[in-house]
Amino acid sequence: MSQYKLVRCNINGKDVERMVDVRASLTDMLRNDYRLTSVKKGCEVGECGACNVLIDGEAFNSCIYLAVWADGKHIRTLEGLMGPNGELSDIQQAFIDETAIQCGFCTPGFIMSAVEVLESGELYSREELRKRLSGHLCRCTGYENILNAVEKTMKRRHGIPVD
Amino acid sequence: MYDMKALYEAESVSDAIRLRLEHPEAQIIAGGSDVLVQMREGKRAGKELISIYGINALRGVSIDGDEALRIGSLTSFSHITRDPLIQRYINVLGEAVDQVGSPQIRNIGTIGGNTCNGVTSADSASTLHAYEAIVELTGKNGVRRLPIKDFYIKAGVVDIRAEEGEIQTAILIPKASYENTFGHYIKYGMRNAMEIASLGCSVNVRLSPDKKTIERCRIAYGVAGPVPMRAPSAEAIANGSALTEEMVTEFALSVLSDINPRDSWRASKAFRQHIAVEMARRALIASIEKAGGVIA
Ligand SMILES: Cc1cc2nc3c(=O)[nH]c(=O)nc-3n(C[C@H](O)[C@H](O)[C@H](O)COP(=O)(O)OP(=O)(O)OC[C@H]3O[C@@H](n4cnc5c(N)ncnc54)[C@H](O)[C@@H]3O)c2cc1C
Ligand code: FES
Ligand code: FES
Repeated sequence: MSQYKLVRCNINGKDVERMVDVRASLTDMLRNDYRLTSVKKGCEVGECGACNVLIDGEAFNSCIYLAVWADGKHIRTLEGLMGPNGELSDIQQAFIDETAIQCGFCTPGFIMSAVEVLESGELYSREELRKRLSGHLCRCTGYENILNAVEKTMKRRHGIPVD
Repeated sequence: MYDMKALYEAESVSDAIRLRLEHPEAQIIAGGSDVLVQMREGKRAGKELISIYGINALRGVSIDGDEALRIGSLTSFSHITRDPLIQRYINVLGEAVDQVGSPQIRNIGTIGGNTCNGVTSADSASTLHAYEAIVELTGKNGVRRLPIKDFYIKAGVVDIRAEEGEIQTAILIPKASYENTFGHYIKYGMRNAMEIASLGCSVNVRLSPDKKTIERCRIAYGVAGPVPMRAPSAEAIANGSALTEEMVTEFALSVLSDINPRDSWRASKAFRQHIAVEMARRALIASIEKAGGVIA
């Protein structure tokens, strides 16, 4: 017997509500009910970060987060970074410029962690950035380029010149 | 979809107690980073869950009437690390939980879950033992408080009376425990992130006012036995001793008479014993340095 619950939340700036199966993970809800398919299903046990989204400004693996817990929360996914005319954000553009994308499966998750880093306003060292991004696996192992993309965007936002 | 039979959501502690009594088979879920993974793996498939994740009253760090540090059981690792009271009084705990899994796991994982799972490798456990933390449980008969060493019964089993509707509501660090102490935690793992400790070691010291002797030293390990444990022989050597190299060496070697690690796929017993000595040495030196002492 299925059990449902009304979940009201704000997704990418829009207030929404839906009856949700209590057995659903937040990944299930975002992908199936809201068609936000940037939220990937990788390991589904909290290890790879492919399903990472921001909840009230903090990064969470949505695969190990119950959909019903989203009630009352502000959720952001990669789709929310898009400008009004479909423009890419600076961090997305940097991933392209630095060739930080190969197959792209890990990219949305990485970028959402990068958004948390960038919006913190902190200027992290390369070592600290490594730690901030350590909850993501890239099976194509493009880590250096990913770090370059995040580091350069961070510096640009701080007005520090980068090549 | 998770294979769960039913989900009950508690909005308050009294709600959680009532739900526990009404559904004796159901399991508590806090952040779910153990429970949901086990459910995914099929270990808890088809079970009922009582979610306490929504009880905001169980979040945050404060100082209570007895000047004990009070950490709500649902406080996440990242919030513990960032908390000003933690940084001021027991910074080593914030540093220890900052070594859990990954940033995302530190945002979801709670200190309550990290202790209630009864796991010896839990990154908060050795520091909590080294600070003689008090575990607060709340059930139908009210509040029960017990020393953390008594809370752990055996591997994976802790003293929570489900039949009395109990949940863990806080972890307390008494003032006598944290006052004027400096500590250091070392986690030994194969890699820096996303790794369970092969061995964890937490040391803290209180130096004499002239910073020449150790007034009180405490050391505890995770994965040195089936549950987290102190190393009393080592503590006895450090207590009241001058800050000398010889003392540090003797202290470190003596942990071998206290700990009882085993062979596992992660590391052999011999290797764990080997690194236990070195970790004790390094953690003691770091603690003394943080306290402003100089080893002669
Ligand atoms: C990818 C990954 C990496 C990890 N890495 C680490 C690591 O490096 N170090 C580490 O220590 N842990 C690690 N963990 C394990 C886990 O994140 C921690 O143990 C965490 O503290 C569990 O907290 P939780 O709130 O998510 O617990 P839950 O999964 O909700 O609960 C854990 C257990 O405690 C019980 N419980 C929880 N809260 C209460 C309460 N208040 N009262 C009564 N019972 C309660 C539950 O019934 C369950 O048995 C990792 C997990 C994952 C998925
Ligand atoms: S799919 Fe969620 S962490 Fe891998
Ligand atoms: S680009 Fe392929 S997984 Fe990262």
